[in-house]
Amino acid sequence: MIAIIDYGAGNIFSVKNALDYLGFENKLTDKKGDLEKADALILPGVGAFPWAMNMLKLSGLTDVIKEQAQFKPFLGICLGMQLLFEKSYEFEECKGLGLIGGYVDKINEPELVIPHMGWNKLVYNHGCPLFNGLGDEEYVYFVHSYKAFCDNKNLYAYCEYGSKVPAVVSDGKYVFGCQFHPEKSGKTGLAILENFVKMTGEVK
Amino acid sequence: MLAKRIIPCLDVRDGKVVKGVNFEGIKEVGDPVECAYEYNLQGADEIVFYDITASHENRGVILDVVRETAKKVFVPLTVGGGIKSVDDMRNTLRAGADKVSVNSQAVQNPQLIKEGADIFGCQCICVGVDAKKVGDNKWTVYINGGRVDMKIDLIDWVKKCEQLGAGEICLNSIDTDGVRGGFDLPMLKAVCSAVKIPVIASGGAGKLSDFAEAFLETDCSAALAASLFHFKELTVQQVKDDCRSKGIIVR
Repeated sequence: MIAIIDYGAGNIFSVKNALDYLGFENKLTDKKGDLEKADALILPGVGAFPWAMNMLKLSGLTDVIKEQAQFKPFLGICLGMQLLFEKSYEFEECKGLGLIGGYVDKINEPELVIPHMGWNKLVYNHGCPLFNGLGDEEYVYFVHSYKAFCDNKNLYAYCEYGSKVPAVVSDGKYVFGCQFHPEKSGKTGLAILENFVKMTGEVK
Repeated sequence: MLAKRIIPCLDVRDGKVVKGVNFEGIKEVGDPVECAYEYNLQGADEIVFYDITASHENRGVILDVVRETAKKVFVPLTVGGGIKSVDDMRNTLRAGADKVSVNSQAVQNPQLIKEGADIFGCQCICVGVDAKKVGDNKWTVYINGGRVDMKIDLIDWVKKCEQLGAGEICLNSIDTDGVRGGFDLPMLKAVCSAVKIPVIASGGAGKLSDFAEAFLETDCSAALAASLFHFKELTVQQVKDDCRSKGIIVR
């Protein structure tokens, strides 16, 4: 079972719809026990960083998330990816989950349209099981105004928007993050979600 | 590089897809969920549902359509028509929409844009603008499906929308809508240079080359069309192939 962590953040149903469509058992949950039982965890999220961290704290799930992410596949999506980092400067300096080294700050491109909204091409930086079966020209759907700043070793794919925008990050073990929305990225996004679920080893 | 988006729009009335000419002479053309799925297969970058009966009694119909579509279409969905409060926005987003589009209601109550953006984020709030030419490089904003001239200057209005937190402007030209002679390029240029947020070109697409023309001649981020795609005169893929052959980046 894949646990989709429900801490009050927006549009979690689209992640559920995508997993249902792919035929993977899943559950929207805010229960510690479900997170412990799950084969993999997904942390979705739309909204502001300090608000989301606060909601996570109020749900009492931060400790169990940090613990479970050490030994089972964990995927943060969009704001859920940004929450994986040590801190963010959205509105105010705010501590994140600290599962991957680095921070989150505004996309500073005065010449470009912000938010970075629409389909952009993935540029692969390191190999990653999430990319199994993908081609060279894969577009995915982004909507965000803040981006991650992290070491090259944690940057698995990026896209070009003025400068490099981290698209897929990982700690090299179980923790993964997608800045884009795989659940809204057509066939490419569904393939990435399927690759993620297959990491559990539970799915044929 | 960000790809230019091609967006089919489904005008929905009583649960059926329709398309009018200059907002008049409405004609039914099919099941919205099936249409959305077909566009998804053709490579649509986003799908817009516009609830033209809107406002009151039919709100539930469009939410059911969105709910069913969201189960099998995995590209962003935008819903417009009759959204007049933060509660309407919340219900629409919870049904599976990724963005809501506000139009007349935002003109009458601009704070709606700010309230929505503050709660759901700018990326959720698309402001639909219907405008008509009144002079050289001058347009005014209309409401109620292009029926009422609000005598508000278009450029002043889009700047205000951006300032209030709109994430995107969907710009519909009443002069070119349904005429099929191409998008309203002067109006698009004027709006694209007035705001930094993405602008969607709407109204007037009549042939394959109209899309590439809008992308080559203006800075618009996306182009939207309804009837061309509904009546199967063009597929989304044909439009993209034409754009690609002209050096425009599309997915």
